[in-house]
Amino acid sequence: MGELNRKKAWELLSLLDTKEISAVELTQSCLAEIDRSGKKLNSFITVLSDSALEKAREVDVKRSKGLPVGRLAGVPVAVKDILCTKGVRTTCGSRILQNFFPPYDATVIRKLKEADAVVIGKTNMDEFAMGSSTEHSAFGPTLNPIDPARVPGGSSGGSAAAVTAHQTILALGTDTGGSVRQPASLCGIAGFRPTYGAVSRYGLVAFASSLDQISPFAKDARDLWLISDVISGHDRRDSTSIPERLFDYPYSGFKGKAGLPKTTRFGIPKEFWGEGLAPEVREAVRGTIDKVSKAGYEVEEVSLPALSAGIAVYYIICTAEASSNLARYDGVKYGVRVNDYADLFEMYAKTRAAGFGAEVKRRIILGTYVLSAGYYDAYYLKAQKVRAVMKKEFAEVFKKVDFLLGPTTPSAAFKLGEKTDDPLEMYLNDIYTVPVNLVGVPAVSIPCGKNREGLPMGLQIIGPQKKDEIVLKAAIMLESLGIKL
Amino acid sequence: MTFQPSDVERYAKLARLALSEEEKARFARELSSVLEYVGQIQKVDTSGITEYETVVPLPPAWREDVVEPSLSVEEALANAPDRKDNFFKVPRVL
Repeated sequence: MGELNRKKAWELLSLLDTKEISAVELTQSCLAEIDRSGKKLNSFITVLSDSALEKAREVDVKRSKGLPVGRLAGVPVAVKDILCTKGVRTTCGSRILQNFFPPYDATVIRKLKEADAVVIGKTNMDEFAMGSSTEHSAFGPTLNPIDPARVPGGSSGGSAAAVTAHQTILALGTDTGGSVRQPASLCGIAGFRPTYGAVSRYGLVAFASSLDQISPFAKDARDLWLISDVISGHDRRDSTSIPERLFDYPYSGFKGKAGLPKTTRFGIPKEFWGEGLAPEVREAVRGTIDKVSKAGYEVEEVSLPALSAGIAVYYIICTAEASSNLARYDGVKYGVRVNDYADLFEMYAKTRAAGFGAEVKRRIILGTYVLSAGYYDAYYLKAQKVRAVMKKEFAEVFKKVDFLLGPTTPSAAFKLGEKTDDPLEMYLNDIYTVPVNLVGVPAVSIPCGKNREGLPMGLQIIGPQKKDEIVLKAAIMLESLGIKL
Repeated sequence: MTFQPSDVERYAKLARLALSEEEKARFARELSSVLEYVGQIQKVDTSGITEYETVVPLPPAWREDVVEPSLSVEEALANAPDRKDNFFKVPRVL
């Protein structure tokens, strides 16, 4: 069967079900690729070879005995090292959690295990998910498998690189401001951010709680559908978890259901075409939009004026929430504590100084500032109001169109070190992705071409809240127009 | 608003974060440019907005106040940097 790890989950599941291949073979093919390229790309912080093979054997036994199996039975899934895994080190890419072994599984990990997925390892990331390049990891940067001189994007760069390099079939990341869609775009794979609350955040180490969302990576939109169906659903352990199911029917390869009605309307936000967008990305996305139009769908220009303030709003709200969430790293309950301190204050301050990297410190200071007396109204409260304006604009535009289409990132993958000296420049890479998080809607990034250097570029499809399933249907439709890489 | 190293020091102290002189100078410079950029939110008209709501509005998630299985003391303390008996151990507070 050769190169099993290059196939998609929906192809592999039918081979596994008919016993043409075994879960052990499949897992071994991924582990062999991790052996070959894992160290060089630095995609994993922890590889779980033993428990992965054990799970694969268990699934093979179940199938051979004709016992019922889960929906991802035998499919390798890599998970970002921000998701708690019982008894398996969970670092968040930070020195402060370098010895943290969670006593419980995150809800998504439990769901993956119940679906008989093979959890193959914990992937590298920007520290506490703060970054757009995976260069801010205490465990060193992850490289882009397409061009190792370039970043894979971030903060879920390890998961994106692992799928791209065929070290796993599927992966989970988290998308707080674009941290799954942006790396998917830079690596040439598919990434989906579900509606806020569609996937339980229980056991996800918090960065910015009103924006954080566990989000999958895959090689195509069908696979995204498959894993989203498994990980989503209500969880009483997350009070922001949506009660209703967003994926209605069991996965059947979308047989006969993939088509979108020709009356489907795509809106092109004019704010997405301004300054900073690389001409090659503009061209590639425009080319796709033309194909959508030629295929008979309605395409019209729309306007959401508050979009242009997206990055500004985002960096006030996410830093405010982060400064509060990261107060828990105090050297008392878990994580690292320094040895040398005179009193309690010094223990806190020195522990946090030694445990956090520069980007985390920057964001804690900015977040503390925007929440402080005298500046709260001007920054935090104002940002929340602009966020409400943005939400109204999205609600209005979705009365006119079914989806929004636009670029995922302003440029293809940049070089390592290119943006690390200028935080603002790094932040601006998320200009098209952060509005989605601010208004809590679902969005998917799929490849839409390569530039002259062979670097992939992505486009995103954004839909209204809770329309996760049709957003993925739209992605499957776009893939069928032959625009994938 | 421009951030001076003394401002950085003030907010870092509120956040219980010790910084070197070099970090204070660097963060002051970097955060000044970020603050200048985020200042653009003032230009957005928000006069119609009285308060903001949650991202996806949901009813409160109530539950009965009953004891359920939870982590054992050993599991809860397993990651503690320092402990004594069934407690987290910290430097003298009072």
